Amino acid sequence: MTGWFANIVWGDIGQATLDTLVMLGASLALTILLGVPLGVLLFLTDRGQLAQSGWINRTLGVVVNILRSIPFVILLIVMIPLTLLIVGTSLGVAGAIPPLVVGAAPFYARLVEQALRDVPRATIEATQAMGASRWQIVTRALLPEALPGLVSGATVTAVALVSFTAMAGVVGAGGLGDLAIRYGYQRFQIDVMLVTVALMVLLVQIIQLGGDWLARRVDHR
Amino acid sequence: MIKIDRVSKRFPDGTAALDGVLLDIPRGSLFGVIGRSGAGKSTLLRIVNGLEQPSEGEVSVDGVALSSLDRAGLTALRRRVGMIFQSFGLLANRTVAGNVALPLELAGIGRSERDARVAELLDRVGLSDKADAYPARLSGGQRQRVGIARALATRPDILLCDEATSALDPETTRSVLALLGELNRELGLTIVLITHEMSVVREICDRVAVLDRGRLIEHGPVEAVFGTTGHAATLSLLGEPA
Repeated sequence: MTGWFANIVWGDIGQATLDTLVMLGASLALTILLGVPLGVLLFLTDRGQLAQSGWINRTLGVVVNILRSIPFVILLIVMIPLTLLIVGTSLGVAGAIPPLVVGAAPFYARLVEQALRDVPRATIEATQAMGASRWQIVTRALLPEALPGLVSGATVTAVALVSFTAMAGVVGAGGLGDLAIRYGYQRFQIDVMLVTVALMVLLVQIIQLGGDWLARRVDHR
Repeated sequence: MIKIDRVSKRFPDGTAALDGVLLDIPRGSLFGVIGRSGAGKSTLLRIVNGLEQPSEGEVSVDGVALSSLDRAGLTALRRRVGMIFQSFGLLANRTVAGNVALPLELAGIGRSERDARVAELLDRVGLSDKADAYPARLSGGQRQRVGIARALATRPDILLCDEATSALDPETTRSVLALLGELNRELGLTIVLITHEMSVVREICDRVAVLDRGRLIEHGPVEAVFGTTGHAATLSLLGEPA
């Protein structure tokens, strides 16, 4: 071994960083796309809300809680048949996205539900009193008023997804986590491990700062 | 114009918020409903615009029974019945102009017509210079003026006021009440105002109904109701020994 960073192939690091970013971007987008409607349904079907429905609320709640209680490493493995069905492979970046979304969407849905609960009741009633339909109440009042909460929830979810993508390395998903495991851990190349971890720390910092900035920008309360 | 015919409202636990209330609110009146908190005033108001359904009895507006309305009919009713709230109910993430425009957007009114109407309404309530401000930057009195402008956007003929001045200081209360009086006179707006404050009723109402524990105690012209030796509940509201 000569020098501190003898084992590092910067091309590999670059590719792994790109893979992580693609996994993160795609899974975060899909998580928001699924999590927002799911969170809205959880909120609206709850007791005393606009579309109160005990059985829908309980069924969704149970499904969300089951998915949230499965450790992500296990989810990666049990999802393999389903992943094969959806994207045709359980390997690589594409193979990682379905389990990432299934792991993160229920979590984000709960954060969406909470953000909607924080919208003052008077705001919803005022909108209702103007003759808004349920759909209009959701799209014109609830979601815009909850936007700061939706953004900070997405930030928390994105940070969780960074560590999920690293775990996805275990099943050969590619990305920084994969690199850290194959070179850093299995071949004991500490320098590779350090660089990948530093990059992930940096990524989390950027997500958090960006998310906080955006949440402040959309918050006029 | 608004006929409240033996309306009762019972909650699932058996308690009655309203008990056989019978009231006729004439067109163009400035009608006060007074009572202590828990007397059923808010429930009555929410039944009038269909936010809640009575357990018994019927409310009709211009001869149309609310219970006969389908969803579209109820939406149409709510566009002609404006409502303002104690806590204003403004959308924090919309500007003043955005809040006033909301009922027009909901009604599917086009951009240019909307903008013109919003400008006219903000001028009416004296907030033209605040069009682009967010509600968090406004005082309580200004927020309620935005609430009033918003409630008037769809040109309603009835305005329901739910403790609209209870969160405001006396001076601001007077200026908001003066505005309501103006709207009543100039637009012929029928105003139903619920409050627990005698002074509010004295200041602007022409008729008043007294509610106590869900029952209508008495009603009539303000001077008549407040002038009589009166009912124990009315007297206690007046702050005099019963």
